[in-house]
Amino acid sequence: MLRRRAVLAAIGASALAATLAACGSTTGEAAGGAAATDGAGASGSIVVYNAQHEDLVQELVDGFTKQTGIQVTLRNGDDAELGNQLVQEGSASPADVFLTENSPSMDLVAGAGLFAPVSSTASDAVPAAYRPSTGTWTGWAARATVFAYNPSKVSSGQLPASLLDLAQPQWKGRFGIAAGGADFQAIVSAVLSLEGEAATQQWLTGLKANAKVYQGNTAIMKAVNAGELDAGVIYHYYWAKDRAESGANSSSVELHYFGKQDPGAFLSVSGAGVLKSAKNPAAAQKFVEFLTSKAGQEILANSSALEYPIASDVAPGPKLKPIADLQAPTVDVAGLNGKQVVSMMQQAGLI
Amino acid sequence: MSAPVLTPGPVAGAAPSGRAGRRGLPASGAGLLALVVGLLSLVPLAVVVQALATTPWATTRALVLRPRTLELLTNTAALVGGAVTLSLVLGVGAAWLVTRTDLPASRFWHAALVAPLAVPAFVSAYAWSSVLPTADGYDGALLVTTLAYAPLVYVPVAAALRGLDPAQAEVASALGLSPAAAFRRVTLPQLRPALLGGALLVALHLVAEFGALALLRFPTLSTAVYDQFRSSFSGPASTSMAAVLVVVSLVLLGGELGLQGRGRYAAVGRGATRPVAPVRLGARRVPALLALTALVAASVLVPLVVIGRWWLDGSSSSVDPGLLLGTAASSLGLGLVAALVVVLAAVPVAWLAVRRPGPLSVLVERLTFLGTGLPGIVVALSLVTVGLRVVPGLYQSPVMLVAAYGVLFLPRAVVSLTAGLKQLPPVVEEAAATLGLRPLSVLRRVVLPALAPAAGAGAALVFLGASTELTATLLLSPLGTRTLATEFWSHSSAVEYGAAAPYAALLVLLCAPAAWLVARGGNDATRRLP
Repeated sequence: MLRRRAVLAAIGASALAATLAACGSTTGEAAGGAAATDGAGASGSIVVYNAQHEDLVQELVDGFTKQTGIQVTLRNGDDAELGNQLVQEGSASPADVFLTENSPSMDLVAGAGLFAPVSSTASDAVPAAYRPSTGTWTGWAARATVFAYNPSKVSSGQLPASLLDLAQPQWKGRFGIAAGGADFQAIVSAVLSLEGEAATQQWLTGLKANAKVYQGNTAIMKAVNAGELDAGVIYHYYWAKDRAESGANSSSVELHYFGKQDPGAFLSVSGAGVLKSAKNPAAAQKFVEFLTSKAGQEILANSSALEYPIASDVAPGPKLKPIADLQAPTVDVAGLNGKQVVSMMQQAGLI
Repeated sequence: MSAPVLTPGPVAGAAPSGRAGRRGLPASGAGLLALVVGLLSLVPLAVVVQALATTPWATTRALVLRPRTLELLTNTAALVGGAVTLSLVLGVGAAWLVTRTDLPASRFWHAALVAPLAVPAFVSAYAWSSVLPTADGYDGALLVTTLAYAPLVYVPVAAALRGLDPAQAEVASALGLSPAAAFRRVTLPQLRPALLGGALLVALHLVAEFGALALLRFPTLSTAVYDQFRSSFSGPASTSMAAVLVVVSLVLLGGELGLQGRGRYAAVGRGATRPVAPVRLGARRVPALLALTALVAASVLVPLVVIGRWWLDGSSSSVDPGLLLGTAASSLGLGLVAALVVVLAAVPVAWLAVRRPGPLSVLVERLTFLGTGLPGIVVALSLVTVGLRVVPGLYQSPVMLVAAYGVLFLPRAVVSLTAGLKQLPPVVEEAAATLGLRPLSVLRRVVLPALAPAAGAGAALVFLGASTELTATLLLSPLGTRTLATEFWSHSSAVEYGAAAPYAALLVLLCAPAAWLVARGGNDATRRLP
């Protein structure tokens, strides 16, 4: 009896202690040592809803904290998941900053009127093509759409001239897409903005018949590498990153860039924005300024993530095809309609 | 007799004690508490229904009545049918070998057969897909989910087999039935509650399974709801899919209730724990051992070896030990708190089910079972909605996450406690009351101590569920809190299998003691009352 009670009490106490310890251990625990070289007027801490790759953002956060002394707590999730969560949270949101991998979710939050304008320091560093004219958010990184293929399955003569060709019968069952994720949905939103609704719906119907649906870009690349798929539609950096690491998942994969302003040459812009309801707006603006600053863009360029830097004239790493050579189509980053894309994809039965 | 750890549902014919009504615990208080707990389980459902009610019917109809829904329903049904059948065959076969034959090292086999409970299905899915890259789609999903969930059948069946009075089967043999026929005609019918209960749990888990099926590219209603949420959060598309999923769960729950039937299983006397003469396997020993070895290798060894291999030669396995330990502490803390809270909440529900069987107790018990049938993501999002609108102070606090675990894993605790309480004759409570103890003291000094082993098993099951839960944890975890499951997921979906491995390894380590507790729960000999 007594012994049992003691054991139960001990379990209860240790559970509480562990929880308290757990809840105290935040992610942004970069040493906030020698603070404030130029963090004038901003201090304290911020909460970032982050849909970008965690490791990359953690590198940027560490650099930011080192420079300003401002602590950053990350909440990680997917673009649309966090974007919609922000919309539901409204002014009650604990978030100060929202970071995405692609533009449609930024437009969703901007459409709900939840963003405060980004400071001109942050947006002036970014070419106009990579930020909305409204100034509600700014781009800070970009990724190129690619056709990843297994050379032993697809000869260079068989490569599709356009992304739209994948709806044709000869591609049935041969390629993969990650239909459920924001990455692919951003590509569809580019097709919609370039080709119009009717053509896009027809293309999606073709994809439903032809494509194998995978969970993510990595899974697609692995399947292409293993020969389970002939090809897949992904972003460039998955391949670049794996080649830089060990090549275990990409040694039998080559990239085909559509170019020629084809929808398949779409350059998807990652966004950053400051919430109107931010508890610490000064520090939040500072963080976005850091992302588009030379220091932040260099961290991005030199990281293992291998996404494109797009601001402060920082060049991408030598492993990447220069942005000018991508021949990306001109797409209004503020006009990518994620909501409509989702309902069209539902209609086609892709999700 | 041992407590059938996992037998869910009201075991028909648990003889209601007619006299307990006036003594023992106050029924109205327990009933009220149980109803409150049951209604909490209804919150996610209510949010889904409310969302449906505020969506134009035409929109909902367009979303539900599309070819894709039929495709997903077919997939879900095929997986449930296949995996439940296989789990029953494997679970019953293994349980019979371990409890009723002269199989060598039966204690080891028992532990090994429960061990898959410590390997989350999504970890197993990744391991298998890296060993057998072609094992995706239906075949892969069937393999992985069967291996992961067969223990849910094995544990209650093994416990029931241990607790069965051998006399009846012996009589059947004496009357000239072969051992196989005796098993089929006498033993199997007595196992019906355990079999149906286990099958229901497997089915509900499959309907809600997300991680493994997403990795193995087998779209079901549950993965589709997740995709809808990822694409449009809690819009009409998500809620209409969630509604279809809820209907499927309700059908399963109702079906199990119907199959349990109104047959009476005579309560087995607690004194009848005469050891059963084990069946001699003889020449069949070798194939039996081979079969068990294959099963354990597939469900435990493959994942462990693959995790080990990633850890050793992963190209991205530079793990920050501090972060790893902090993450493990989060998982451990959340799991323990969830286990404690959920077991306490399950006490009134179980008490009502056993001591006051009736429409109310069945209703409450089935309400709590709904939670298991809802995918974590539905529960999480409904709590996001409730948190924002009703209790903003609790939004993104650990309380919300524990509440989600409560809704999801309450049935596990209810099932264990119900089984344990059935072993406690009401006369004990009455005697304590007669001796002048107040109701709450009866609970504290008589009922709870006697329930400790069952509560331990229930707590272990809740802990296993909570520490391996993925989708609700991703959405509801307090800012800055990471768990082993979410870290594993984020790494494994980002080409960093080496980095994911330590998290998977720690997760399995963390779950091992709980799985061992569950295994031991089936071993409990008759407990002496304090």
